[in-house]
Amino acid sequence: MAEIVLDNVVKRYPDGFEAVKELNLEIADGEFMILVGPSGCGKSTALNMIAGLEDISAGELRIGGKVVNRVAPRDRDIAMVFQSYALYPHMTVRENMAFALRLAKVPKAEVNQKVQEAADILDLNEHLERKPANLSGGQRQRVAMGRAIVRDPSAFLMDEPLSNLDAKLRVQMRSQVARIQRKLNTTTVYVTHDQTEAMTLGDRVAVMLSGVLQQVGSPMELYDNPANLFVAGFIGSPGMNFMPATLENGTAHLPMVDVPLPADTLERLGRHRGAGDVIAGIRPEDFEDATNVEAAVRDRGITFKAHFDLVEAMGAEYYAHFGINAKEIVASEELQELRDDAGGVEEMTESGDTVLVARLSPKSRARAGEESDLWLDSTKLHFFDAQSGEALTFRR
Amino acid sequence: MDQENTPTRKTLWIFAVVGVLIYALVPVIWIASLSLKTPESIGDGSFLPTHWTLHNYTTAFKTGFFTASLRNSIGIALITTVIALAFASMAAYAITRLDFPGKTAILAGALAVTMFPAISIVGGLYNVWRNIGLFDTWAGLILPYLSFSLPLSIYILSAFFREIPWDLEKAAQMDGATPLQAFWRVILPLAVPGVFTAGILTFIAAWNDFLFANVLTATNSARTAPVALSYFTGASQFQQPAGAIAAGAVIVTVPILIMVLIFQRRIVSGLTAGAVKG
Repeated sequence: MAEIVLDNVVKRYPDGFEAVKELNLEIADGEFMILVGPSGCGKSTALNMIAGLEDISAGELRIGGKVVNRVAPRDRDIAMVFQSYALYPHMTVRENMAFALRLAKVPKAEVNQKVQEAADILDLNEHLERKPANLSGGQRQRVAMGRAIVRDPSAFLMDEPLSNLDAKLRVQMRSQVARIQRKLNTTTVYVTHDQTEAMTLGDRVAVMLSGVLQQVGSPMELYDNPANLFVAGFIGSPGMNFMPATLENGTAHLPMVDVPLPADTLERLGRHRGAGDVIAGIRPEDFEDATNVEAAVRDRGITFKAHFDLVEAMGAEYYAHFGINAKEIVASEELQELRDDAGGVEEMTESGDTVLVARLSPKSRARAGEESDLWLDSTKLHFFDAQSGEALTFRR
Repeated sequence: MDQENTPTRKTLWIFAVVGVLIYALVPVIWIASLSLKTPESIGDGSFLPTHWTLHNYTTAFKTGFFTASLRNSIGIALITTVIALAFASMAAYAITRLDFPGKTAILAGALAVTMFPAISIVGGLYNVWRNIGLFDTWAGLILPYLSFSLPLSIYILSAFFREIPWDLEKAAQMDGATPLQAFWRVILPLAVPGVFTAGILTFIAAWNDFLFANVLTATNSARTAPVALSYFTGASQFQQPAGAIAAGAVIVTVPILIMVLIFQRRIVSGLTAGAVKG
């Protein structure tokens, strides 16, 4: 058991490229910390530095209070699960899991017992004498987990451990990882590019972009109170809708409707309340079909007409897509990053309008090609600085 | 493209295979046949012996110098192979895994060494070896064999090491292995096919060498079998020792055959299958 502290940690490559810039992160004993971000954001580099597989260019890394910058990986007492699993192909499952203990010269009886315990947890008993080549993807993944568990290390490091599994198995393994971590209560650092994994697994989530830590907090903190445009757009699925807006006299002029801002939002905006051109962000669930909004909450929002060009039925909810006549927001670098992460394309209607997505209750009668009344919760609006991407509505 | 196994295609294949087999095997059978003929019938021109005898084999072993040369050959080739594999595996590992200045220069240098014509250094070596006492010793042959077989072994092994996922080594490090343990217990077992390939080639090269062995040895203490064959004499100086030479040639071929047959089973590819995802 140990806490992990990254103190101004920097990774600089010989060509001058900084993969990780002054990273400060404190991971408490027993905590499940997620490092999340698009590819190339430095999350894996950060993990490898904690593991000792990459040198730290500057700053200090402490595990359990001891500075370990120059300590070899084998002496850090941490176990790692690799994205590729990295199982030893010439060893059986049992030998794979026992390898670390054998190296540590643990008595044979104890090794067997520990391997047995791990195999019980991971349901690997009938595969112990098989070689990795004869296992399915999910089984290999469990062996990789088992190899980490048997050692009873002071921390687990996991580098996208589920990304090679198919979608269904990934969801299953996700809950298994969460249960195992809760049961063993071992400090865990988990790297992923999947925001769903980040939201569902982590005690806390650290969002990174271009080597810079954007925000750290519990999943719900990040979701409700993002520090900037990138975090807001990255966390949540479907992602937050962004559109150009103008703030003046306590009113937000959105492309589809003018919204008088509630007192709380104005207070948070503070000196930015007349900031002029900004970017507004609305989560899909903060829209609702106007006919389904209860009278009690109707007053805290505003209703406008929307023309749906696509309605996706998900069973428990509808995703209704509608266009707004807005100029494209080009200035924001963070929006560009989000777009790249989503595959580099932005959704547009046939007439070239920007598309917003509303998450509606299944009671909604919204149909594609029809116009209907859409309600917007004005207390849930987010505003971001158009240049810096900083959240103007950030609650400190 | 038409990939069907039409009768014509099959027939053509059979002809081609039989042709290659005849081309490759007839000389070998011819030598074996010669070695079993009596001295009187050796020039009779018939493909198979008319009078069978093992006399040539007993002749080959009678003098003792052929037996000594066999011992030399086996010893020198085995020692060369073991040393070459030990150094080549470490060098190849360093070249594939580490980034150090002059890496390409080392590889280029190694390649240049293999292309170096042996005949151009053998004269110089003869004089040097005589002066420093390596002439007519096992070490005197092992050293030049090593310098010619190491580069090739390094090339073969580094190709195999490159195929092994780096993650495996990282995993071993995380599991508490020292670099040497990671190399010895994880990387090397996976490179076994490469090790055997390099080993066989090194052994064959050392076993077959005639040039160095002929120039750098003089007596039974280091003379190898191929050279010993050339020193066979008949019962009188007017008699051709062709039968005994043929018998010797067959005997010299046997260890190589055994080596290849044993190791061929070990050269199994796909050993790394299942290491990473799937």
